[in-house]
Amino acid sequence: MKGNVQIRSQNVNLYYGPAKVLKDITFDIFDHTVTALIGPSGCGKSSWLRCLNRMNDYIAGARVEGEILIDEHDIYARDTDVIALRRNVGMVFQKPNPFPMSIYDNVAYGPRLHGVRSREQLDGIVERSLRGAALWTEVKDKLTSSGIGLSGGQQQRLCIARAIATEPKILLMDEPTSALDPMATARIEELVRDLKKNFTVVIVTHNMQQAARVSDFTAFFLLGELVEYEVTTKIFTAPDDKRTEDYITGRFG
Amino acid sequence: MQELNARRQLEADLSELTRMLMRLSKMAEEALARSVWALKNQDVETARNVLDKDDALDQLTGRIDVECMNFVARFQPLGEDLRTVTSIMHMAVDLERIGDYGGNIARAAIELAGKELMKPLIDIPRMTATLSEMLEKAMSSLERREPALAREVFPLDDLVDDLEKQIMRELLLLMMERPQRIEQATLLLNVARTLERAGDHITNVAERVLYSLTGKVIRATDFRRPKER
Amino acid sequence: MNRRRAVNGFMTAILWASAAFLVLLLLAILIYVGVNGRQPLSWEFLTEPPRDSMTRGGISTPLVGTMQLVIVSMFFALPIGVVTGLYFAEYSRDGLFTKILRLAIRSLAGVPSVVFGLFGLSLFVVTLGFGSSLLSAGLTLGCLTLPLIVTASEQAFRAVPQDYRDASYALGATKWQTIVKVVLPAASSTVITGAILSIGRVAGETAPIIFTGAAFYAPDIAKSLFDEVMALPYHIMVLATAGVNIEATRPIQYATVLVLLALVLGVSSVGVVMRRRLRRSGR
Repeated sequence: MKGNVQIRSQNVNLYYGPAKVLKDITFDIFDHTVTALIGPSGCGKSSWLRCLNRMNDYIAGARVEGEILIDEHDIYARDTDVIALRRNVGMVFQKPNPFPMSIYDNVAYGPRLHGVRSREQLDGIVERSLRGAALWTEVKDKLTSSGIGLSGGQQQRLCIARAIATEPKILLMDEPTSALDPMATARIEELVRDLKKNFTVVIVTHNMQQAARVSDFTAFFLLGELVEYEVTTKIFTAPDDKRTEDYITGRFG
Repeated sequence: MQELNARRQLEADLSELTRMLMRLSKMAEEALARSVWALKNQDVETARNVLDKDDALDQLTGRIDVECMNFVARFQPLGEDLRTVTSIMHMAVDLERIGDYGGNIARAAIELAGKELMKPLIDIPRMTATLSEMLEKAMSSLERREPALAREVFPLDDLVDDLEKQIMRELLLLMMERPQRIEQATLLLNVARTLERAGDHITNVAERVLYSLTGKVIRATDFRRPKER
Repeated sequence: MNRRRAVNGFMTAILWASAAFLVLLLLAILIYVGVNGRQPLSWEFLTEPPRDSMTRGGISTPLVGTMQLVIVSMFFALPIGVVTGLYFAEYSRDGLFTKILRLAIRSLAGVPSVVFGLFGLSLFVVTLGFGSSLLSAGLTLGCLTLPLIVTASEQAFRAVPQDYRDASYALGATKWQTIVKVVLPAASSTVITGAILSIGRVAGETAPIIFTGAAFYAPDIAKSLFDEVMALPYHIMVLATAGVNIEATRPIQYATVLVLLALVLGVSSVGVVMRRRLRRSGR
């Protein structure tokens, strides 16, 4: 199962002002796997996720110590091009947030930012991305209508299409189904399993069954620490750490 | 608060499942003990009684199966809860089989009743007693959440195997002496073989108990003497 | 129990009565103006200039003049107002400076319009030497609506969900790209609504333009920014107070009021309808 290391987190500490949100997070994520981050609210899993594309940069007083290497390059090094980083590391958010523009323009947004101008090329990218997000057949006849008009599940798949349109290697998902109904959730989960063929997926979820269903590896965070990182089946049937066991069986959290 | 309540219900339901499993275990143990007693004492009534109770045993197994599925559907258990409930499903199958063996032995008892026994039965009851001890150890290990008790089951299965081999040798000798005994001896041989198999099922049960308690897959062979070839 | 119910009933009645009073008042004004001003109303009234010392003819020059004033004021106030709103919403830090600036703008909205008129007179007419002209009057009106537009557009930009910005940043956009490609388009309809509402205000003001560019009478519409213009509200005032034969101009006066009211109410209701439609479309 283990392949090459894609993301290497080494002794990562994250501060929001004086508060230490992440303590010494060290682990490796392998390429073409789905890794689930679980843990109670405020455990730091989303914060760690947002370190990977430096979305924490926008939070006043946020400070990162340690190293995060993506393909062996330190993304917090001085010479890092944050824009190139984000092209390489796509992100899907908790609430479906398509832009109030057409489906086509939503998907083309990223490529246009990065300088793709030719209509022909954009057409290709849009179709490929929408197919990749399993949305093409549903929207191919209404690419010019607004992305806001889609159902919640379709909106979220549109956001996935938008995120993969820049052809990233890594796809970050921050509780992508928490605002969706069970059917829409099931479709997203199916999609996530499919996406790992082309991407390394890191997904934050509060739903442990979801983590068990979609992921190959699972990392359990608690109070800013990484408690256990293991193959998913192991975590959910027989974890090594008592705290993990207590969390997944609902004794706290 | 809501979380705590959910957990309380889950624990109540899980211990109810465990109680049902222990009741099934008691019934299986009784089926073995009473059928062997009927065989030894040539008591047809007791043997029939064992057969009558077989239905109740099957029903309880069915109920455990349904309740386990309900439990999974309602709580979607993970970790220890998941291990316990899946283990209970497996153990119920093993225990039902042991109960069936009791029925088989009871039928043999009915067939042998009224015929003179070729020898007094000593080792077969000893096997049964050992099996009872194994079952009780496995079940109290589950109930008291003490893995050590379940581990004690494995060497006892060696003892059961030894007894079966001893019985086989003895019966073979007796058959060679007097071929007219073959019919009865085959029957008794079958009983011994059945009891040996029951021992294997109890070993499975003990393995499951250990898995549900520790999360580690345990092979009984690690705790038994090496097999002679 | 009973007493509480009585108080409740009483209060409901009072609130009802005051709302009804307002509606009746508005209706009364409309009917009064309508009845009195109906007679001279015709297509010619809108397309012909006043004649014979304004006792006959139409109102084409003040009507066009008002539109010119609106256009000039918007050309000035809209970009500055929107950019200032953008600064407040996107760039300013919540410090003392921002607070003072915001307070200043808010209180500017409360300054009487005649003060704007005097300010316009001294700055645009005299100091900058634009004279009494369309340009001076338009700029003065622009100053008047600036606080409205700043506040409206700041709120419009703040109403754009953070989710959009996050999504844009996560795709590798810079702050400026995010503002241009996501925030501005998403807020534009709300900003335009705010602008339309302020047009209504501009069209109806008299005091700021009396000293800065409104003409008592001009034979023709303004052809350059430095010509004086006639404007509907000032024209009404002239008709009502300074005519040669006030009695004879009475119907014309009311008809002009009717046109101005229709213009202001029409523009405002377009704004209100747009706002409602925006709300309904879920934002």
